[in-house]
Amino acid sequence: MQTIYILWLRQIKRYIRSRSRIIGALGQPLLFLLALGFGLGPVYQRAGGGDYISFLAPGVIAMSILFTAIFSGIEIIWDRQFGFLKETMVAPVSRMSIMVGRTLGGATVATMQGLIVFIITLFVGFRPESIAMLPAMFLTMFLIALLFTAIGTAIASVLQDFQGFQLIMNFLVMPMFFLSGALFPLDNLPKVVALLTRIDPLTYGVDALRGTLIGSMHFNFALDYSVLGGITVLSMIVGSYLFSRIQV
Amino acid sequence: MTDETIIDVHDLSKKFGELTAVDHISFQVKAGEIFAFLGPNGAGKTTTIKMLTTLLHPTSGEIRMNGFDPVHEQSKARASFGIVFQDPSTDDELTAWENLELHGILYHVPKQLRRQRMDALLKIVGLDDRRNDYVKYFSGGMRRRLEIARGLLHHPKILFLDEPTIGLDPQTRNHLWNYVKELNTKENITVFLTTHYMEEADRIAHRIAVIDHGKIVALGTSEELKQKTNTTNLEDAFLALTGSSIREEEASAVDTLRIHSRMWRRRS
Ligand SMILES: Nc1ncnc2c1ncn2[C@@H]1O[C@H](COP(=O)(O)OP(=O)(O)O)[C@@H](O)[C@H]1O
Ligand SMILES: [Mg+2]
Repeated sequence: MQTIYILWLRQIKRYIRSRSRIIGALGQPLLFLLALGFGLGPVYQRAGGGDYISFLAPGVIAMSILFTAIFSGIEIIWDRQFGFLKETMVAPVSRMSIMVGRTLGGATVATMQGLIVFIITLFVGFRPESIAMLPAMFLTMFLIALLFTAIGTAIASVLQDFQGFQLIMNFLVMPMFFLSGALFPLDNLPKVVALLTRIDPLTYGVDALRGTLIGSMHFNFALDYSVLGGITVLSMIVGSYLFSRIQV
Repeated sequence: MTDETIIDVHDLSKKFGELTAVDHISFQVKAGEIFAFLGPNGAGKTTTIKMLTTLLHPTSGEIRMNGFDPVHEQSKARASFGIVFQDPSTDDELTAWENLELHGILYHVPKQLRRQRMDALLKIVGLDDRRNDYVKYFSGGMRRRLEIARGLLHHPKILFLDEPTIGLDPQTRNHLWNYVKELNTKENITVFLTTHYMEEADRIAHRIAVIDHGKIVALGTSEELKQKTNTTNLEDAFLALTGSSIREEEASAVDTLRIHSRMWRRRS
């Protein structure tokens, strides 16, 4: 328990101390909100979609959680290069507790980032459907964060350096984002695209988040939460295994 | 010192591709002994320590650490030792104090004892007044001293010190060795150290293994090594055993390429 706590605390401290990273990571969501929100808004409305900012806000929040979470998981590569990884590797504690501590820490950080972006969306004119759903929104954000931190950690356990990280960003993370329905509705898509969106775990995160924030969703909470929860557990198990096999 | 063997290494090898970094070595360390690996750069000292401490899997051979196999009984093996790495391994974004605290918790040192030792060790390594500074602002020597303090925070059965004195001033070196000797005699902690300073090995180690090109070329007390080589000091003995050519430590361009090409493959 103490192991999990101290590794969690480490991630939080590192996050709070890197103010430039926090602010830098806000630029992208803001850009999406302004450029897409105001740029595509009129088109979306004319096509009968309703208020695009309302549709887009949950997607952009999910996006910032996705990126922050993956990045937190990927920090293992950093730790490997700066040597700190060895310190945790030789410690007489279970690999699972290291994995859980790191993942909870990264997920907390990603959730905080998501909350900041949520507040930004309020300034851009977004209004959530009901205040009563905010705890559910919070939970959903944390689930998304947990899932992608776990995936990031698992991936980072098999990468040696940042060159691999670029590949992961371009061929996994960006596609996951664009295919998740964060930017466009999932109705009436071509078959192949529809299939891809369904195997994208972020799709279920975005859907659940939209359910809590604007009350409209493509699937339902039961399906969304089971997919998110299931893949999270799976990633944690695979991640601990891969982590336990790291050699430095 | 007792007759009980605490580290038992049999026919151990490690290859990195074509390169044989550790080449069929065998040795035993007794519980309570101070044992030194003495060898030039690139001899295979760190690689051996990494295999003993679960960080690398051997290509072949057998290891028993406190009776446990570091490949298949990792957690039991890990509970048996502490280590000061040759390369940096602190967290730059944390303070000196936080680095120590994190280590103490990972190694289950009870809070009161932990704080007490942290205070004492920070004084020994002269970082007492810098305890709340971020490690990223530390000089190389200060980082080194912090690593050493951290390594001594818990008292394991076996303590590994991989070139602990590199970059240390003579005073700190002296403090360190006195402290290590005290740990060894008072708490019967087995010490496994590597160095390429002869006088250190001579001064502190009960037995010395001279290692070169991945092979143990001689093993014994400092006296025995001198006798064997017909020399009067350990430095001459060392040169007689390893030759006098200078060794490069830096990775060559080919090594660097190899490291990059390993990106997607798991390390063997
Ligand atoms: N991960 C690695 N990949 C490839 N070669 C390595 C690796 N680690 C060490 N080596 C090589 O193995 C040899 C022994 O290195 P090392 O054990 O670090 O020597 P020492 O600690 O005695 O200076 C050196 O030639 C070094 O370049
Ligand atoms: Mg070395």
